[in-house]
Order: sequence, then structure tokens, then C-alpha cells
Amino acid sequence: MRARGRADGVGLFVYAIFYLAFLYVPVLFLPLFSFNNSTFISFPLSGFTTQWYVQMWADDEVQHALANSLKVGAAAALVSTMLGLPAAKALTRYRVPGGTVMLGFVNLPLFIPEIVLGISLLILLNTAAIPLSLITVVIGHVTVCVPFAITVLMSRMEGFDRSLEEASLDLGETGWMTFWRVTFPLVLPGIVSALLLTFMVSFDDFLIAYFLAGTQVTLPIYIWGQLRFPYKLPTVLALGALILLVSCILVIAAEWIRSLGVRGRRPVVGA
Amino acid sequence: MDEAFIRIEKVTKRFGGVTAVDAADIAIGRGEFFSLLGPSGCGKTTLLRMIAGFDFPSEGAIYVDGNDITDLPPHKRPSNMVFQSYAIFPHLNVFDNIAYGLRKARLPRAELDRRVEEALAMIKLSGFGKRRGDQLSGGQRQRVALARALVNRPKVLLLDEPLGALDKRLRESMQIELRQLQKSVGITFVFVTHDQEEALSMSDRVAVMSAGKVLQIAEPRTLYEAPNCREVADFIGTMNFFDAIVTSRDGDIAVLDAGPLGIVRAPASQPAGAAVLIAIRPEKIVLSSDAVSGGVRGIITASAYLGERSHIHVMVDGVTEPVSVAAQNRHRDGAQHNGGEVVYLSWTPEAMVILPRA
Repeated sequence: MRARGRADGVGLFVYAIFYLAFLYVPVLFLPLFSFNNSTFISFPLSGFTTQWYVQMWADDEVQHALANSLKVGAAAALVSTMLGLPAAKALTRYRVPGGTVMLGFVNLPLFIPEIVLGISLLILLNTAAIPLSLITVVIGHVTVCVPFAITVLMSRMEGFDRSLEEASLDLGETGWMTFWRVTFPLVLPGIVSALLLTFMVSFDDFLIAYFLAGTQVTLPIYIWGQLRFPYKLPTVLALGALILLVSCILVIAAEWIRSLGVRGRRPVVGA
Repeated sequence: MDEAFIRIEKVTKRFGGVTAVDAADIAIGRGEFFSLLGPSGCGKTTLLRMIAGFDFPSEGAIYVDGNDITDLPPHKRPSNMVFQSYAIFPHLNVFDNIAYGLRKARLPRAELDRRVEEALAMIKLSGFGKRRGDQLSGGQRQRVALARALVNRPKVLLLDEPLGALDKRLRESMQIELRQLQKSVGITFVFVTHDQEEALSMSDRVAVMSAGKVLQIAEPRTLYEAPNCREVADFIGTMNFFDAIVTSRDGDIAVLDAGPLGIVRAPASQPAGAAVLIAIRPEKIVLSSDAVSGGVRGIITASAYLGERSHIHVMVDGVTEPVSVAAQNRHRDGAQHNGGEVVYLSWTPEAMVILPRA
């Protein structure tokens, strides 16, 4: 029995290694070739260089696209988190008639193909004669970011004892002040986490931005444009590697902040 | 208790199709330690939450000190609550937890500091002000929750199973402390518990609830010695029941045909012909090895030695359930009770409680 169990363990371990390799080896090619001293993406590596990074950073278009992406990401993150907060509170704290159905509809954009979402938004904006700009990109991103914000915030809201809010009401505070004195500080890690996550969703998005940006360029659109020029490929790799690094840091930070405070908050029982 | 301080009038609460509280009528006196006792799901917590303002009655009204508070939001009510989970704010320290209600009341700084320090002294946690909620033990959290509520000098303190999460020894010492505290502050306490011993030992009066209904409201002694129905008799302590029929009456005394127990006479109000239950507490039954006049013959089926007393089950011919007998072990070399032994059970007429048979 014992030997058999160990053999299973080894099998699972090998499986896990292959699984992780499948996920991450392709991604790791990005930083690897971004330091390669050649415009051709092929082995063997010819030498180490940071020139692609220097070249990328010196490019005005990159800087412009980056600034646009940051603006759009920040706006989409703020708006979707602000919209998500009352929704998450309502869905976790009150018996909302049809709440489950509503949550389903709110989450639907996650399952609609982005290309469909992009085209439908484009048609809508055209019909309403709203000119395409970064603002329309923000609108498009908010539709896909709100479900993320609500999910993160709901898990945070469910994570703390609802009698904390009742205690505040009981001690004489109004509903509004209870929100500021109790709910908000306790949900804060969730809010920061939702901001980071929705920012990432917006920052990474290509399809919706592609349809709604008009003549504006966000970073993913810029990268897509550069792929037509083979000699530009290494700088695109450098840019991609940087985005990857920042994404990883943000997602890890979001998760860390979300878990922060959940620890040590469990009520101590006994003497 | 000339006038009721808290009046709960015909309060019914329905959640969807479920009736959680069914036409509850309760009057609680000023300064009383009043308990709501019942098994989980009996509606006691819902009733407490309606006094606090977290739930609102579907029908009926609640008055505190003459004012109708039925539809007031919680922050406008003259009551404070100690929650089952204590609900200590995790992002605030002990001082700020206790000062929470006072800050809302915009007390001057010096007055606020003094009141919080007083409250900390009351719960014997002076010097703990800077501690965070998550650095406290269960017993300390319970005290902080108590101080946080009492510091606002409420007219009524509501307690929702506040001792449930503590271990047995701590719970017993907190019961005594809580009772002393209540007497010294003189505030009306409404205490929810499912623990009958806790309710009996602490309360001035107890309301026993079951399935949303208030069954009996009485002092602990009355609940135990004179329950008004089978459910109360069964829920509080252990009780033996025997079916009987009133055959005739002799003044305040009813003559009962109790089948295997024979013809017995007991004080009761039921008319001749009524189907009743004779209820007898295990410790009111005298057990002897020798035949006694009027004694009921039985055979011991099981016995458990519990130190100061023994629990003995006796099978009586014609009675389906074994009769529970609690015998005090008054002598160190007291009688051993063995299975199969023939014994005789007897009791005084006053030991019997005659209840209606549903």
C-alpha cells in the first residue's frame, strides 16, 4: 500500500511539472529572446544585450501608447470598482429580489466573446453618434471589469462577520456612517485588490480597445501594429517581457493584499 | 414589577412561509434579568433581533419604557446588544471599540476617556485599551463586547447567547459575574440561551419558547416545579410522564386512574373525565428494596453512578418508557443498585404535576 502511494505521488509530481512547463515555458521565451543579441527569434542564442529595452524606451510611440493604456486602465479600474462596491454590498448583505439572476447578468460579459462585445459596442456607439476615443475604450473596459470587481469584493464582504455592521448600527451609527466606519475599512484590502485586478484586465485588453479606440493607440494595439515589421520584433519582445513582469507583480500584490487582514481576523474561541 | 418596562404585544414574524415567532406576548419589568430559553430554531434570537431593530415584526408591537419602538431603526433604539460572535471591530483597538458609541454621541474628549476607562475597570481589563481585538482571548472579547454595550448606558441590554463560545469553567464564572454586573448596573437584561441550567441559574424570570410560540413565562423555580405543559416539563430537566384519567373530584384534589400506578390522588384543576399526564421529577421518587404501601413495583434495567447521585432506570409493568429515578448517595457505603433487582417506587402527592394531555 505504502509503495503504491509513493508511486502515485511521483506520478502526480511529474504531471504537475509538465503542467507548469506547458503553462510557463512559452511565456518565458519572451524575456529570454528579449535579451538576445539578434533580430531573429531562433536558437542558438547569439549573445546578451539590453539594446532592445533601450530602443523601446526611446520610442515616443511606445511612451504615448503606454500613457494611453495607463489612463484607460486607471479610469476603468476606478469606475468599475466604484460600481462594483454597492453591488457587492447589496448582493451579500440584503435579500435582493432576483439577486442571483442579476449577478448572472452582471457576470455575462465574462462569457460573451470579446469580439462580439467589441462589435456590439461599436455598433451602439455608431448609432448613438458618439465619436470613438479613449473614453469609449474605458466604457467598453468597464463592462468586462465590473464582474471582476464584484467577484473580488463579494468574496471580501462574505469574509467578514455581518454582525460587525449590525453592532455599529446598534451602537447608534446610521447606515451611511456604518459603511464608512466599519464596512469600508474592512473591505479596503478587497477594494485595492479589485482596483489592481481591473486595471490589469483593462491594460491587457486588445480586442475591445481595437474596436473602440478609433485613431487612438493603447499598448496592446501598438504591439499588434509593430508585428508587421520583423526588425521591430525584438523591441516588441522587450516590451512584452516588461508588461509580463508588471502584470505578475500586480496580480501577486492584489492577491497578497486581498489575503491580508483575512488572516488573524477569525474570532478566537475559548479562554 | 408593577408596570412593564418592555412590552411585546402579539408579535409575529414570518420569513416567507415560515413563522419564526408566533403571536408572542411578553412583559418584562424594569431592571429584570429576563431570559428567552428554547432549542435552536425556536424563534428566541429572532425575537431578540426584533427588540434590537435588526428584524421587524410582521404583526404586533414592541414598547420600551412606554415608547413604541416597533418600526424604529436600530440606531434610534434605547437598547444595546452583545452579539453571539461578540462582533469586536477587528480594525479598532479595545479602547476604540468601547468608545465607538460614545464617539457617535460626540462626547467631550475628557468625558469620553473617563467613561471608557471606567468601563475597562468594570470588566477588569484596565491597561488593555491599546490591544487589538484579535489579540484578546474569548473571555476577554466577551467582556469587551459587554463594556462596549454598557458604556452607552442603554435602558436595555440584549445578549444573544453571549457565553456559548466559552469553555465550561469560564462560562460558569462568567455567569456569576454577569449576574452580579446586572444587579450593580440595574439595567434590564434580555438574555437568549438554549442552555436551561444557564437560564435557571441567572434569570429572574424565563420565557420558554418552542416552534415560535411562548409556552410559559415564569420564575426558574416555577418552571421546574410547576411546568404548564409537557414541552416545558420535558425541556427543563428530566421528567417522567404517566397517562391518567380524572375519575372524580374531591375539592381541589383530583382522583386519577393511572393504570399501572393504580388510583392516585393529586392536587389538580382538570374536570372529571379529562385525559391528563402525571409528571414526576426523578429526584422526587423514593426508591426502596422493601415493599412499601402504595409503592409501585419495578425492575432496575440500568443504573449510572455520578458521584453525588445515581441515575437509575426502572421498568414498571404496563409503562412503556423506563422510569428515571435520581437517588442521592447520602452514605459512603450506600446501597448498590444492580440491574434485575426488584424495587418499589413511591412519592408524595405534591411531587406530582398534573398536565393536560394533548
